[in-house]
Amino acid sequence: MQDNSDQKPPSAGTEQSRKKQAEQSKASHSSRGKLDTRERFQYKEEEAIVKDFDWSQFKRLLHYTVPYKGMVAIALVLMLLAAGSMLIGPYLTKLAIDTAIEPGNLQQLNYIAVAYLSIYVLNFIATSFRIKLTARVGQNILYDMRKKLFAHIQDLSFRFYDSRPAGKIMVRLTSDIESLNNLLSNGIVNVLSDIFLLIGILTIMMSMHFKLTLASMITLPFLVILSTRLRFLVRMGWRRVRRKVSTINAHLNESISGIRVTQSFTQEENNKEFFDGINEDYRSTFMSTIRLNAMFGPLVEITGALGTTIVIWYGTNLLIDGVLTVGSLVAFVSYLGRFWEPISRMGDFYNQLLVAMASSERIFDYLDTEPDVTDSPNAWQLPSIDGRVTFDDVYFAYEKDRYVLQDINLDVAPGETIALVGHTGAGKTSIINLICRFYDPSKGRVLIDGHDLSQVTLPSLRSQIGMVLQETFLFSGTIADNIRYGNLAASEDDIIAAAKAVNAHDFIMQLGDGYDTEVQERGTRLSVGQRQLLSFARALIGNPRILILDEATSSIDTQTEILIQDALKRLLKGRTSFVVAHRLSTIRNADRIVVLEDGLIKEVGTHQQLFDDQGIYYNLLRAQFKFLEEVS
Amino acid sequence: MDTFKRVLKHMRPHWYLLALAIMLMGLLTLAGMVRPMLSKLLIDRVIKGEHYDELAYVALGFLAVALFRGVFNYLRQMAGQNFGQRVIYDLRNRLYERLQYLGFTYYDNARTGQIMSRLTSDVEWLRHFISFGIVDFFDFIFMVGFALVILFSIEWRLALVSMATMPFLVFLVFRFDKQIRPAFRSIRKQMADLNSVLQENITGVRAVKAFAREPHEKDKFEGENSEYRTKQLTAVDIWSTFFPFMDLMSGVSTVAVLWYGGTLVIQQAITLGDLVAFIGYIGYLIWPIRMLGWLVNLYEQAMAAAERLFELLDEPSSVTDAPDAIELKNVEGRVTFKNVSFSYHEKDSPALVDINIDAPAGSTVALLGTTGAGKTSLVNLIPRFYDPVDGEVLVDGHNVRDVTQNSLRENIGIVLQETFLFSTTIRENITYGRRDSSMEEIISAAKAAQAHDFISDLPQGYDTIVGERGLGLSGGQKQRVAIARALLVDPRILILDDSTSSVDMVTELQIQRALNRVMEGRTTFVIAHRLSTIKNADEILVLEEGRIVEHGTHHELIRESGIYREIYKVQFKDQEEVFASQQGDDSVAG
Repeated sequence: MQDNSDQKPPSAGTEQSRKKQAEQSKASHSSRGKLDTRERFQYKEEEAIVKDFDWSQFKRLLHYTVPYKGMVAIALVLMLLAAGSMLIGPYLTKLAIDTAIEPGNLQQLNYIAVAYLSIYVLNFIATSFRIKLTARVGQNILYDMRKKLFAHIQDLSFRFYDSRPAGKIMVRLTSDIESLNNLLSNGIVNVLSDIFLLIGILTIMMSMHFKLTLASMITLPFLVILSTRLRFLVRMGWRRVRRKVSTINAHLNESISGIRVTQSFTQEENNKEFFDGINEDYRSTFMSTIRLNAMFGPLVEITGALGTTIVIWYGTNLLIDGVLTVGSLVAFVSYLGRFWEPISRMGDFYNQLLVAMASSERIFDYLDTEPDVTDSPNAWQLPSIDGRVTFDDVYFAYEKDRYVLQDINLDVAPGETIALVGHTGAGKTSIINLICRFYDPSKGRVLIDGHDLSQVTLPSLRSQIGMVLQETFLFSGTIADNIRYGNLAASEDDIIAAAKAVNAHDFIMQLGDGYDTEVQERGTRLSVGQRQLLSFARALIGNPRILILDEATSSIDTQTEILIQDALKRLLKGRTSFVVAHRLSTIRNADRIVVLEDGLIKEVGTHQQLFDDQGIYYNLLRAQFKFLEEVS
Repeated sequence: MDTFKRVLKHMRPHWYLLALAIMLMGLLTLAGMVRPMLSKLLIDRVIKGEHYDELAYVALGFLAVALFRGVFNYLRQMAGQNFGQRVIYDLRNRLYERLQYLGFTYYDNARTGQIMSRLTSDVEWLRHFISFGIVDFFDFIFMVGFALVILFSIEWRLALVSMATMPFLVFLVFRFDKQIRPAFRSIRKQMADLNSVLQENITGVRAVKAFAREPHEKDKFEGENSEYRTKQLTAVDIWSTFFPFMDLMSGVSTVAVLWYGGTLVIQQAITLGDLVAFIGYIGYLIWPIRMLGWLVNLYEQAMAAAERLFELLDEPSSVTDAPDAIELKNVEGRVTFKNVSFSYHEKDSPALVDINIDAPAGSTVALLGTTGAGKTSLVNLIPRFYDPVDGEVLVDGHNVRDVTQNSLRENIGIVLQETFLFSTTIRENITYGRRDSSMEEIISAAKAAQAHDFISDLPQGYDTIVGERGLGLSGGQKQRVAIARALLVDPRILILDDSTSSVDMVTELQIQRALNRVMEGRTTFVIAHRLSTIKNADEILVLEEGRIVEHGTHHELIRESGIYREIYKVQFKDQEEVFASQQGDDSVAG
């Protein structure tokens, strides 16, 4: 209790910290005899990995304590001091009874009282400092880990983010790391001190009476076996409970996000029925686990009492024979009482250890993920570029041997505008990803001004490329901050100039605080078109030589687009640009159009050339036009 | 206090479980109190009084106490947990029901994360209080009460000595509570800050990488990370003094009793057994006081949580059935807007102003306008997701306020702007609005929505699990499943809030074809940016700032020099120009 900052919302299992399990397996919850045999919703239940204790992983975890080994050592000494002082307590009681109270020696009683008091004071000081120290060790390690892990995932490539939902990555950095806290700050120190305590208690008891000690320990193996078995069952139980909780949470989350669909289709009543089912399922799983969990206390108490009964019986007989004093008997019972506490704490420690092992495995898994795209050891700074982009026999696959780009050869002159055209999945975005070096080509080279991209440093490359993405992501902060994101050194004037250049200045000035208006992550206060304009300004302020527009105008209504078109022209002027778009008007104005199909460049040329060739491009346009006719 | 009364009200149906848990707790504590008495008996009567023959009884007494306590303890835990679970089960169902029926207005302003945290952590706090807090509070009274009675009955002066530190301890507990609370609050706040930096970084990773801002992000995170550590340590420094000090105080009490009690034994005012028993009882005084801080904290947390939960339960539905609402039957599908004005919030500028529409059954109305012009607001009034501020919306001549929401919405099929599929099979998603559909009906709806082919190509066909955690469908595929879902209920009125903008041309073509077939014979309201979708509507409405600024058919509007013609030029002229020269060849080739 005392080392526990008991402020987090209590979890379903009181002593179990809740956590998400890494491995998943399909398992829908059992049917509950509702009207319908089909399940209305299906949620994957996160399956726990049952693994043995991994010593090398534990060592790796311990390694994080190395910078604080001095603090740990002092904490350990303080811990031993406190434990030792507490060991003396019952012995002093024995002394008081046998040497002061029974013989009627008041003086002696005074001495003992003073000694006893000073032991408590010593314990207070030692414990207080020990808590401060261990907390510092723990918090520092968590800080180090968060820092290291965050820095590491910053350097990881898109490939990493592609395959993982944001929520999952968040969990690694927050609750997984947090769950190591107890183990790293108190757990290890505690367990060492508990071992010391146990040895100490046993030694003292044996020194008082060997046989009595043995007799009192008769129930110990019994307790250990029973509680180990019980602990295992309870752990499995809490695991089931956690799975039910995550089903409930998944459904709640989804029912909130999908509420508009539910109400549109008047499915409120049916959903209530479903929820009642999973709610009841959770409740009954919880209660069946509690049925086991509630046995712990009684089990420890009854086996403990059994030992005490034996001690009292046998001890009193010894006392009658004059082998033992009253004080010794009282002290003996008192020591025995203290014996069970470290034992049950060590059981908890084992649980804690398993939790921490599972978390640290997931953390290390991230730390061991190597970025696919890294600066080569002798990478050079890309000098100021003109903007010539060359694809030289490029092949590319996201997954091994499944090429999304093949045999790409393309030479783009500085200042040229290239429109990329093709169906979804034809490889347009992949081409863009390679120019920014978000991925490395599987074969071949991508060059800018003759520099192989794999040989230049990433920041020097990306700082010269401007990107406007399909979905505009704004960071929380002011509008000025968001524009400045493209060039951290930009002045107020630069920001305003960039905003003016993309026709964003006017609407910004109409907002309450102008450039200092706070926007949120999703940018709710701004319309889609306005956000898009901001993202144009953000790209422009870095004055990039190469500009990439990935379907930048697709989610904008036509009237706003008319505004943007104007900004777009200004933006593209004099820069090498790659534009992915569906609108003919945007495509037509490009210097060259590259038509992709199944990862191959099928046609390259101006609008007029391709149109006259009557190839894929022509047919794409025709399909659209024919449709227009069809509906007219 | 009112909150607490309401919590009590929720507990009433299961009160007997609580009563049982409290009773068992009392018995448990009482049984524990026997132990020091047994020690006294052992020392004074068996050992000192040399009644050795009674040793067996005393020894068995210890065992019996443990057995009783074991049984009481087990039953108490079961009763308490059962009580907590039952109350929370009811509450959770009620909360869920409330959530199902809260109107769009509520969800427009609420954040999923916030609602989730109420349903998870607030509910957990309250459950904790209900399962343990109340019973533990009674235990506090039991322990202190029983212990005091026994202590004073043994020797009143010694009882006073053992109580000497109590007022001081109580004072300390409350002071600690006062100090630690802001510290924990600032930890939670900092945790939230750290999380939001993290979340933003991860969701915005494309932007971060595109601008090569990793170092900047690392700095940002570093700052929050280090602040979090500082906040944690501030709290640690408070309780690292408090808890050991509580131990010290209980130590002082023990020593005081040992010393003064020892003196009394020497003076033969009490027996040695009394003293040993006394020391045993001190724990019953100290422990509850240590628990007090925890109890007070739990109570306050639980009440704060309960308040937030009740707030949710009390949240009024923005739209409710009139008491005398009638069932809407045999709908033909005529939709009328009479002088309708609407705003989302009193303070906001109106989203719709003086809208008049009369759409005969089976006609198609197309809506066009910029983001925020009021298109979605307008169609949302038809299924009565919101009520207009002024004017009325009529279906077949019935004001939608006068009919039940269920009967109204059952006749309306909606494809929302943001396609949402649930985590379940495609089949379940399509039958979301009508669960009793046969497989033939499902397939024919899917075929009409041009979705059957791609669904059949999936390895598990209609049984493929989709949704957030399932197989990722492309935007166009999702949309077609959503269209099939709307079609299956065979609605008289169809609302299509378009989002075909981000799909490529071929997919768009497929969706358009699907839509055209679907609209036949139904009153349809369609929102689109592409004129291709709306060109042949019976009536096209151009909205601007909540007003209808242009209306008519495509051919009428094209002749006026307005917004519609402007848009038309941008979207069509290119194609028409390009293909103009080809028209001749076309007819030869075709």
